[in-house]
Amino acid sequence: MSDISKEQVKHVAHLARLAITDEEVEKMTKQLGDIINYAELLNELDTDNVEPTTHVLDLKNVMRKDEPKKWIEKEDALKNAPDQQDGQFRVPSILE
Amino acid sequence: MALFDYTLKELQEKLHNKEITVTDLVDASFARIHEVDEEVQAFLTLNEEAARAKAKKLDEQVDTSVNLLFGIPAGIKDNMVTKGLRTTCASKLLDNFEDPLYNATVVDRLDKENTVTIGKLNMDEFAMGSSNENSGYTPTRNPWNTDYVPGGSSGGSAAAVAANEVFFSLGSDTGGSIRQPAAFCGVVGLKPTYGLVSRFGLVAFASSLDQIGPITRTVADNAHLLQAIAGYDQMDSTSANIDVPNYSEAMKENVKGLKIAVPKEYLQEGVNSEVKEAVLQALKVYEDLGATWEEVSLPHSKYAVAAYYLLSSSEASANLARFDGVRYGVRSENATNMLDMFKLSRSEGFGDEVKRRIMLGTFALSSGYYDAYYKKAQKVRTLIKNDFEKVFEDYDVIIGPTTPTPAFKVGEKIDDPLTMYANDILTIPVNLAGVPGMSIPCGFSSEGLPIGLQIIAKHFDESTIYRTAYAFEQATDHHKKRPTLGGAK
Repeated sequence: MSDISKEQVKHVAHLARLAITDEEVEKMTKQLGDIINYAELLNELDTDNVEPTTHVLDLKNVMRKDEPKKWIEKEDALKNAPDQQDGQFRVPSILE
Repeated sequence: MALFDYTLKELQEKLHNKEITVTDLVDASFARIHEVDEEVQAFLTLNEEAARAKAKKLDEQVDTSVNLLFGIPAGIKDNMVTKGLRTTCASKLLDNFEDPLYNATVVDRLDKENTVTIGKLNMDEFAMGSSNENSGYTPTRNPWNTDYVPGGSSGGSAAAVAANEVFFSLGSDTGGSIRQPAAFCGVVGLKPTYGLVSRFGLVAFASSLDQIGPITRTVADNAHLLQAIAGYDQMDSTSANIDVPNYSEAMKENVKGLKIAVPKEYLQEGVNSEVKEAVLQALKVYEDLGATWEEVSLPHSKYAVAAYYLLSSSEASANLARFDGVRYGVRSENATNMLDMFKLSRSEGFGDEVKRRIMLGTFALSSGYYDAYYKKAQKVRTLIKNDFEKVFEDYDVIIGPTTPTPAFKVGEKIDDPLTMYANDILTIPVNLAGVPGMSIPCGFSSEGLPIGLQIIAKHFDESTIYRTAYAFEQATDHHKKRPTLGGAK
C-alpha cells in the first residue's frame, strides 16, 4: 500500500499549476490514493529485464532544412489571445 | 428509403444522376439536427451558414466530381482544429476559441475530397472519459435510449452518426474513445494503427497513444473514409511513411481460411452474458463463412488499465501545460500576478476529470516517483505489446467484445473513477500495442442497446480488419437497425 498525503497533493497541484481548495485537497487525496493503490498491481510483474516502450513504431527523428518560411501572421497569432498590447501578448506583472 | 439509409457509393450515384443535390444532403443533416439534437446533444458548434454556402457551390460542379466523398455532410470531433470554426475540446477553458488559425491535416484532406463540415461534435473534455459526462457543456445522450450514455470520449461523433445527423464523423481514440462509443451507439468505428493518420491539428491528450479514425454506418463507408485521411504527413513527426493500400478492394476478399484468435481474457468474468453470447454468435457466423477460430491468451491484459492511466495521464500533464491563459483560451479575471493567472485560469477552466488526470500524471512524473510509476508502466507496456505480437505470429485477427457491457445509465459510474476506467479494459491494450482495432455492431441486449464486436489486426493491417468486418456485415443485418429517436426513422 502506498498512500499519498495531503501535503503531497498540495505540492503536486502547485507543480501542475492548479489552485485547489481545501475541499478539493480532501477529495483528491482520496481519489489519487485509490488510483495509485490500484496501480500497485503492476508490481506483481517482474520487469527487471524488460525494456520500456516509449513508442510502438520504429520511428526516427525527422529533420528538415532550417529555412525560414511564412506561416502565421502576427495579427493572426494574437487574435485569440485574452489580452494583447502593441502587437504582443499582455500578461499580469511578473515581478513583484 | 430516406437519404440516411444509403451508402456513400449509392449517394454518389444519385448525385451524378441528379436525383439529389448536395444541398438536399446538407438540408437533411440540419433538418435532423434541429429535430433531435436537443435530445441527443451531439453538437457543440454548428457550421450552418458556411455549410449551406459550400453545398450551393458544390452543386454547380457536380458533373466534374469523381470521388465518393463529394458533398457528403460530416461531423468533426471538437478536438480537431478547424480554421475559423470554434474548437473547444468541450472545455470551458477553450470556450472562446472562436477562430483557430489552421485546419488539422485530416480536415484539410476531407476538404480536398469536398465533404461538407456540418459542425463540431461533443466529447469528454480533452478526450478524457468514457461516457461524455465529462463534457464541459451538456453530456451527449445515447440515441438508442437517452437515459443511457453514448460512450466516450468520441460520444458526440458516434451519437451523431447513429442518430442520422451526419453521414459520417471523425473521432479520436487514446484508450478506446472511438471503438467504445461506436459499440454503445451501434455504428462502425476504427482506431487505425498508430502513425497511419496524421495528428497534426489534433489537440494532444497522450501523444504516444492518440489516433484519429472514422465513424460510419457501414464498413464500406468506413474504408472510403480511411482511404481519404490515411497516409504520410510531414507536419506530424510521428506519421508513418508507408504505402496506403486500397482498403475498399482488400475488403471484398472472402474470409475462407481466415485464422481468428479469441483471447480468453476478453470473455472472462466481468463480461456481461449477453455480450458474450453475441460474440459467440458472431464467431459462428465466421465459421459458416469458412474461417476458423481458437482460444488464445493475452496474459498481461489485466495490467493494461493501470499502465494506461499512468502513461496517458503523464503525457496529458505535459501536453495540457500549454493551456495557460496567455495565447488563447479563457483567462481568469481573479488573478493579480502571473503565477495566480496560470493557476486560476487552469482551475476555473478545467473540469474535475481533467484536473484529476493532470494531478496523477504530474505525480507519476515527479522526482522520486518516476521509476516506480511512469517507467514501470512503460515496461508493462512492452509486455502487453509482446502479447499481441506473439498471437499475430499464428493468427490473422483477434476478435472479442469491444466493451464488457452495453451502454450504462447516465450518472451510474461518474462518481467512481476506477469503475469508469474499468470500462475500457478491452480497448486499452490495443492502444498500448499501437495496433489497429475496429468495433462493428454484432447484436442487441434485451434492453435494445447495441453490442459491439472488436476486430484487431497487426500494425498497418487495416485491410484484414475491413475484410473481416465486411464479411460479417454482408452476412448479418445488425447494421441496418436504426434508433427510433424523434419518432421518425
